[in-house]
Amino acid sequence: MKARVTVTLKTGILDPQGKAIEGALKSLGVAGVASVRQGKVFDIEVEGTDRAQVEAALKDAADKLLANTVIENYRVEVLG
Amino acid sequence: MKSAVVVFPGINRERDMARTLKLVSGAEPSMVWHADTELPPGTDLVVIPGGFSYGDYLRCGAIAARAPIMDAVRAHAGRGGLVLGVCNGFQILCESGLLPGVLMRNAALRFICKDVYLRVERSDTPFTRDYNAGQVIRVPVAHGEGNYVADSETVTRLEGDGRVAFRYVAPDGKLDPRWNINGATNAIAGILSERGNVLGLMPHPENHVETAIGPTDGRGLFAGLTQHFAKVA
Repeated sequence: MKARVTVTLKTGILDPQGKAIEGALKSLGVAGVASVRQGKVFDIEVEGTDRAQVEAALKDAADKLLANTVIENYRVEVLG
Repeated sequence: MKSAVVVFPGINRERDMARTLKLVSGAEPSMVWHADTELPPGTDLVVIPGGFSYGDYLRCGAIAARAPIMDAVRAHAGRGGLVLGVCNGFQILCESGLLPGVLMRNAALRFICKDVYLRVERSDTPFTRDYNAGQVIRVPVAHGEGNYVADSETVTRLEGDGRVAFRYVAPDGKLDPRWNINGATNAIAGILSERGNVLGLMPHPENHVETAIGPTDGRGLFAGLTQHFAKVA
């Protein structure tokens, strides 16, 4: 099954990279950019057909390695 | 003092560290490979050196923190054994849960490679006993991710329990945002674990130990550790 784990910084954690990207977008004149927060996307293929099992495995992966839960939140989506 | 230096792929400061440990303590450290599962018997001090373990992929120190040897390092710390992490080693200790918080990208987004001034906050630890509390030392930094961040509860606890070991300061020892090179919370450069037996710091004291190279302010950290174990033995 195909799945996606999205890791984003928690609210309140300073994001200097996001700020730099925000500044670049503004200097490019992209209309309406108010703020940017950057993060990571992991596209993962998992063996198995049980959605709940796949989701549990990816949560385990995110907790153990993909996200640092001190500063980051994550979201798991099983795409099928 | 029997020390062990942990070597991960991508680490590049392990020779500097081993050289300093030998120079100051007189004893050659063991080099321990990341895939090993045990420390040499009788290890007093585990050192995790600086570098770019696993290419800093994912997050600095994230993959090294999950390497097989880290279970042995955790067990050593659990027994009250001393652990020192420098630069990438500090990042690895934070990722492994041995120290709280995380090292984020420097506030100005630049890699910083220069000498900085640190204030030694306390002298009653095995790591800082050769310094005086309030003493200012000059040591180099070389990092892109040294901006210490933790939730406010953790920072309050660190401060309240006196677990901030080193802070970035002006040469006269005063706190000054201009000298807090990477934007770290409360200018934190190094912290201790709850029991005080694990120290992580971003600067490289191991690089300022010989007059032939320049200042020798880093020597005190290793001299203190050597005294600590001489006394214990």
